[in-house]
Amino acid sequence: MNTDVIAETEYVRGTSLWRDAWRRLLKNKLAVFGLIVVILITLASLLGPAVIKRTMGFTPDFIPTHDTRLIGSFPPFTGPDGEFSWTHPMGTDNAGRDQLARVLQGGQISLFVGIISTLVSLLIGVSYGAIAGYVGGRLDNVMMRIVDVLYSLPYVIVVIVLLSMFRSQTPRGQLVLLFIALGSVSWLTMARIVRGQVLSLKNQEFVMAARATGVSARRIIFRHLVPNTLGPVIVYATLTIPQIMLTEAFLSFLGFGVQAPLASWGSLAADGIQNIAIFPWQLIFPGVTMALTLFSLNFLGDGLRDALDPQMRTT
Amino acid sequence: MSETDGNLLEVKDLRTYFETEDGIVKAVDGISFQLKRGETLGIVGESGSGKSVTNLSIIRLVPDPPGKIVSGEVIFNGQDLLLLSNTAIRKIRGRRIAMIFQDPMTSLNPYMKISRQLMEMTQLHLGHTRAQAHAHAVKMLETVGIPDARARADSYPHEFSGGMRQRVMIAMALSCEPELLIADEPTTALDVTIQAQILELIKTLKRETGTSVILITHDLGVVAGMTDHVIVMYAGKIFEQAKTAELFSTPGNPYTKGLLRSVPDPTAEQGKLYQIPGLPPDVAHLKPGCPFAPRCDKVAEICHREFPPFVQLNADHYSLCHFAREVYAESGGGRVS
Repeated sequence: MNTDVIAETEYVRGTSLWRDAWRRLLKNKLAVFGLIVVILITLASLLGPAVIKRTMGFTPDFIPTHDTRLIGSFPPFTGPDGEFSWTHPMGTDNAGRDQLARVLQGGQISLFVGIISTLVSLLIGVSYGAIAGYVGGRLDNVMMRIVDVLYSLPYVIVVIVLLSMFRSQTPRGQLVLLFIALGSVSWLTMARIVRGQVLSLKNQEFVMAARATGVSARRIIFRHLVPNTLGPVIVYATLTIPQIMLTEAFLSFLGFGVQAPLASWGSLAADGIQNIAIFPWQLIFPGVTMALTLFSLNFLGDGLRDALDPQMRTT
Repeated sequence: MSETDGNLLEVKDLRTYFETEDGIVKAVDGISFQLKRGETLGIVGESGSGKSVTNLSIIRLVPDPPGKIVSGEVIFNGQDLLLLSNTAIRKIRGRRIAMIFQDPMTSLNPYMKISRQLMEMTQLHLGHTRAQAHAHAVKMLETVGIPDARARADSYPHEFSGGMRQRVMIAMALSCEPELLIADEPTTALDVTIQAQILELIKTLKRETGTSVILITHDLGVVAGMTDHVIVMYAGKIFEQAKTAELFSTPGNPYTKGLLRSVPDPTAEQGKLYQIPGLPPDVAHLKPGCPFAPRCDKVAEICHREFPPFVQLNADHYSLCHFAREVYAESGGGRVS
C-alpha cells in the first residue's frame, strides 16, 4: 500500500542526454585517459612556470649569465659538472635556459592558440552555417559557394602569406596575427557541419511550432536550432583543437608562427632539431609532450563522438 | 470593434499553390468560410485534401518556396492577414491565433525545458519578466491538468508521455489567451483514451476562455462531438459546408454521404466496412470535371465534362455537386428551398 503511494507521487527522474553521454564517455578507457592527460597538461602548463619560479627561482627565458659555466646545453637531471641534479629534469637548451619551464610555457601558448582559434571557428562557423541552413534558397547557395571557394585555396599557403604580409614587429603582435590567420581558415568545416544539421532540423515540427508562436527567425536559429546541433559541434571542436595546434607547430617550425622569446612546442622543436645529433633532449621533450597532447585530444574527441552519437557506435 | 456581424475570421477565395517538378499543385483552391466568435469549426477530409494547408495559409506559415498563397483574403478582426508585414504577422501568431500540431512527440524542442518553451511565449507577446513568465507557465500547466506542475515545469520534453506533451502544447497555445485556436489533428498521434481526455480538455478550455476553434481532423466522430459548423474538403475544394447536426442528418453531397457511410457502426452485427472506392485524385493533374467523379456512385456524364456548381441548399448549407439538391432531398432535407 505504502509503496504504491510513493510510486505515484514520485515520478521517475529521466536521465538527460548529457548524463547519458557522460556515462558512456567514462566507459571508454582511451577517452578517459585522454581527458586526464589533457587536464594534467593544461594544469601543468598554466601553473608550472609560476611554481618553478617560486621553488627554483628562474623563469622560462632566464639565461644564467652570472655563471658562465651554466651557459650551454646540459642533459636531463645533470648539473654543470656532470653530477646528478634535480634542477633541470629536462635539461637545458643552448643558452642554459631550463627546458621544463620552456616546454610548459610553450604548452601554454600552444593550447592557447588551439583553443582561441577553435573558439573563433566556433563563433564564425556555427553562425554562418546555421544562417545558411535556416534561410536556405539563394542565400544558402551563395554562402556555401563562398565556403567552397575558400576550401579550394591551399590554406597553409594562405596562412603563410597572411603572416608574412602583415609580419608584426612584436612577438605578441605576431601571436595575435596567428590567431586571426588560423581562426579565419578553420571555420569552414564547422560551417558545413552546422548547416547540414540545421537543414535536417528545420523541417521538424518544433521549428514550425516555434514559428507559429511568433518567434523571430534570429531567435529560432540561435535559441532553438543551434542548441540542437551542440553534440556534433562539441565533437568537431574537440577534434579541431589538435588540428590547429599541429598547424601552429608546423608554422612555428617553419619560422612563421610564434617568435622568441615566446615559445611554443613547434618553435622549441624547431630549435631542437638543429642540434638533434648532439643534444637530442632539446627535440625529444617538446616533441613528445606535443604528441602526447595531440593523441589525448584525439582520443577524447573520438570518445565524445561515440558518447554523443550512440547510433554511430560500432560494438 | 468593427466586426458587427460577429465574424472573427473570414476567409475569401483563398488559393495556395505549390510549385513542384510535376506541375502546379493546387492544394487549396478557392476556399471561403467564416468563423464567428466563440464557435468551433471542423474541417474534415482525407489526407492531401488541403485541410492543413488552409490553416497554415491563415497564419502565413506555408513553406515558401515551394508554396505560395496566390490569391484571396484572410480577414481576422477586420484585418487582412495576407497584407500584413512579417513583423506584424509575428505579433499575431501565438498572441491572437495559436496552433496545436499533430505530433506532440516532435513539436516540442527536445533541448529546451518545458518551462522555457512556455515562458518564451509570454515573454515575447505579453512582455512578462522571467519570474512572471515562470509563474504563468506553471499556472498554465496546472490548467491543462499536469499533476505536480511546479516540479515538472523544469523537465525536458522526453520526460513526458505523448498525452502529457500534447497537454503542454495546449498550455503553450493558450498561454496568451488567443482569440483563435487552430488545432491540426490534435489527437491523431494519441491513443484513444488519451484522445478523449485531450478533446475534453480543449472543449472545457474553450468554454472557459471563449476562444474560437478551428479543428482539423479526419475523424468524423470528433467533429460530431466538438463543432458547430463543418467543412468537408476534397482536392483543395470545399465540397460541403453546413451546421454540424445538419451535415450528419441530411448531407447534400455524395462524398459526404460516402464519408458518413465509412464510419464503422458499432451496433451493426457484422459485415465488411464500407469504403469509398478508388483513391484521392492527384491534385497536380486534375481533369476538367468534378474531381470526385471517378469515385462517385451518382456520377453522370456531366460530371466528367463540367466542374460542379456550389449550390446553396439553405441558409448555411452549401454543396459542391451537380446533383446537390437531389442528394439533399434523398437524405431527407430540403423541405424549404
